Amino acid sequence: MQKITRDTLVSKAVSLLENGTVDAVLGWGKGEFAYDVTPTVFETADEIRENFVWNDFCGANFSKYLVSKTRKLEGKILVFLKPCDTYSFNQLLTEHRFDREKVYVVGVPCEGMADISKVKAITGDGISAIDFTDNGLVITTLYDDEPKTVAYEDILAERCVNCKSKKHVAYDELLGETGEVLESARFDEVAKIEALTPDERFAFWQGELSRCIRCNACRDVCPACTCEKCVFDNPNSGAENKAPANSFEEQMFHIIRAFHVAGRCTDCGECSRVCPQNIPLHLLNRKFIRDIDNFYGEYQAGAEVGTRAPLVDYNLDDLEASDVFERRDSE
Amino acid sequence: MQRIGVFVCWCGSNIAGTVDVHAVAEALKNEPGVVFSTDYQYMCSQAGQDIIKNAVKEHNLTGIVVCSCSPRMHEATFRKTAAAAGLNPYMVEIANIREQCSWVHKNMQTGTEKAIILGKAAVAKVNLNTPLTPGESPVTKRALVIGGGIAGIQTALDIADAGFPVDIVEAKPTIGGKMAQLDKTFPTLDCAACILTPKMVDVAQNENIRIFSYSEVQEIKGFVGNFDVTIKKKARFVKEEICTGCGACVEKCPMKKIPNEFNLGMDNRRAIYIPFAQAVPKVATIDPNACNMLKNGKCGVCSKVCTAGAIDYTQKDEIISEKYGAVVVATGFNPISMDKFDEFAYNQSKDVITSLEFERLTNAAGPTAGKLLRPSDLEHPHTIVFVQCVGSRCAACAEKGKEYCSKICCMYTAKHAMLVRDKYPDTEVYVFYIDVRTPGKNFDEFYRRAVEEYGVKYIKGMVGKVTPEGNKLKVQASDLIANKQLHIDADLVVLAAAIEPDKSARSLATMLTASMDTNDFFTEAHPKLRPVESPTAGVFLSGACQGPKDIPETVSQASAAASKVIGLLCKDKLTGNPCIASANELMCNGCSTCANVCPYGAITYEDKEFMMPDRTKALRRVAQVNPAVCQGCGACTVACMSGAMDLRGFMGSQIIAEVDAICK
Repeated sequence: MQKITRDTLVSKAVSLLENGTVDAVLGWGKGEFAYDVTPTVFETADEIRENFVWNDFCGANFSKYLVSKTRKLEGKILVFLKPCDTYSFNQLLTEHRFDREKVYVVGVPCEGMADISKVKAITGDGISAIDFTDNGLVITTLYDDEPKTVAYEDILAERCVNCKSKKHVAYDELLGETGEVLESARFDEVAKIEALTPDERFAFWQGELSRCIRCNACRDVCPACTCEKCVFDNPNSGAENKAPANSFEEQMFHIIRAFHVAGRCTDCGECSRVCPQNIPLHLLNRKFIRDIDNFYGEYQAGAEVGTRAPLVDYNLDDLEASDVFERRDSE
Repeated sequence: MQRIGVFVCWCGSNIAGTVDVHAVAEALKNEPGVVFSTDYQYMCSQAGQDIIKNAVKEHNLTGIVVCSCSPRMHEATFRKTAAAAGLNPYMVEIANIREQCSWVHKNMQTGTEKAIILGKAAVAKVNLNTPLTPGESPVTKRALVIGGGIAGIQTALDIADAGFPVDIVEAKPTIGGKMAQLDKTFPTLDCAACILTPKMVDVAQNENIRIFSYSEVQEIKGFVGNFDVTIKKKARFVKEEICTGCGACVEKCPMKKIPNEFNLGMDNRRAIYIPFAQAVPKVATIDPNACNMLKNGKCGVCSKVCTAGAIDYTQKDEIISEKYGAVVVATGFNPISMDKFDEFAYNQSKDVITSLEFERLTNAAGPTAGKLLRPSDLEHPHTIVFVQCVGSRCAACAEKGKEYCSKICCMYTAKHAMLVRDKYPDTEVYVFYIDVRTPGKNFDEFYRRAVEEYGVKYIKGMVGKVTPEGNKLKVQASDLIANKQLHIDADLVVLAAAIEPDKSARSLATMLTASMDTNDFFTEAHPKLRPVESPTAGVFLSGACQGPKDIPETVSQASAAASKVIGLLCKDKLTGNPCIASANELMCNGCSTCANVCPYGAITYEDKEFMMPDRTKALRRVAQVNPAVCQGCGACTVACMSGAMDLRGFMGSQIIAEVDAICK
């Protein structure tokens, strides 16, 4: 359960909007279902009071929205960012994707967000109401007479179980306090997959990626995917928005995307959150992050603005490709 | 659709020996776009080129594929042929079927197969070629020489003699550099000052040369032919144009205990000083860290005694902006610090000195007026030990010294040893060496004279330890040939310290985007064939900033750099290479990755207004490539994550077409 209350966020947003500091507020709004929180741009105080949401389903990372929102908007936009979101924010600033002056960042502490698929695995479908209590989520469904109580630790999203940092690396103002960079076990799963034989590994990924329906949600939500023109929208590429009629999605699409964001991915985990097929896409990105850490020294994209990622930088201590190959062999 | 002609060369038997050239010409006839295909014995010959020219006219060719030797060999030839026939020269592609095919294959069948595949790839590329036109940029007819040592002096004089204006920027109050500090020069033993100072005067008197002494380069922008340079002329608190260099102020200055840099701190100068008698410009300079008047407003003696009224305590640093067509780096060298070499007791004993300090000790204008006296007690030393390779060729002790050979030490040590024995025959002189390296005109003869005629004791081996004891220096050394330990009681130990590039070189290289090696020496465009040019266009290298050099070598390199500069400044316009990068602004994210990887600083960003898909206008940051600076290396094209950067003449689509043709 989040320690900071919705009222704190709402009154902060309303006061900054009313005193003219900002002209719009980017926050979480009511969706169709209780767990279906929707990124929303609020332009009036009434809208905020009415529709603003802050609970354990506010996983959405708003950094990417700033690219298009700051272009459209005269004046400033307020954005609420959780610690992990601030890394994406910095990475986008490093890439000059929006004007920092047009954004007012309010840092929100985060206790970890819920994963709706984990909830549904316990309660089943047809969730009609959710109450957030100290003991856990109290969930009412269409099919059960009695509401069920689900403990928070049982439904915490994987990225939050392995939270890499509670530190806000960018903000104009903080609600509550910022935390520390954490020692997380986020690479354990990667290590397990690395330990598989090539055949097993291929079978694992085939099993996962063959479920892809090519909805492009991972691409659309990814804060590292902000190209003005995306090759996957280009009809001439032969790989534009298409139904998965061949093995492209299974064998190429996600690998291409992982390469594309390598060195820039902050491991925010949005790709896996939005995947309707529950493909653990973040593992591909984490493999790159782990390799970069191993081969070029620890690097966290977005920890600071203006850093040169190891993949687009060169120094004399850099490994040669042959060293990487040898190291792989010796493992 | 292109109309492509294919011309397969036999290269005598070089290609035809292992490649069936008729079969290649025949096979390529069926490739898309090919309307004509033939083979000939020597395509690069006049007759061969005529075949191409005639075919262009007869078959209205729009593109040409020549299957021949490496493009490094004859691409330029065939481009000219195409241009003569009225085609754009960039519509020519070479399929290298010699170096990469006939020479490496022994079997006619496999060789032919590969030649056909290479030809197909070239045809596939030409199908996507577009005519390219090189851009032009003007040339500012003025050169900048950074550093006023013998290298900079020689380069500047040569450029000025050709009629172009040159500016020398020198950090010290006078030009002259290291050579001005030397006593005699090997192998002829003529006095350094006697041959250098006339050149310094030439510089001062040359109408085409301006000297910015006591100045530094602050900023360099721009590109070949068009450098914008900001120079900071530090306040010397003396009006340069009025000062006559009479020296009255120096004589009367009460601050007498300032270590004299020119004599490497072995004697003192005043707070107002002229580095040496033949300084150019011969103008006094006030050291602001030593002058009482500047520090606390009390004194003013120099201003009272200056009859010319040249002293100006209120003088400020002056910023000069100038445009240049070419930049010559002549920042020179320094001996390395001896701080890490405790075994030689350099910091414990005044009588352990470096070779450059030895030069000053034997120089008539030096602290001892040319008499060889030990610094500690001003006694005449009777036993002198010279140690070679102190910090040079130091592979095992790289953190202390340098891995490279400093090149000049063997010769100047032979010179020192010989001069000592010549002037003071009662002196025992030992030289400890790893090898004696004396390649150079009359160099080995010189060294042999030191050994054979002057009786200098050369001992192969290294000095392990020097211990000051009383007024002696206990030298422990090994004689590798006699295989024994030596103990010598020396009066003076002279260390041949390794030389390293001047510290200013690193920041200068960054400003120029010129590349350096791991030792901070500037790298050449090609180590053998373009030794005085930096890979960055318009930047030239003169003297020891490029690597250790003696005076004759420095001077010849300086003149070579000058001739390259003159060649550049003679041109009114520069024709660029049209195969350069360009950004597709519609795809560019403005992320700066390309600018970060560009080794030439060719990419800048601009905020431009674009119509967005929803018909609103938005300002977007997009990359701009400066065509005069871009060298077409392609680093940006692979770094660009949105695929907005492409290299003209080597577009991604062309490369893919080649790969497809090979894999088909």
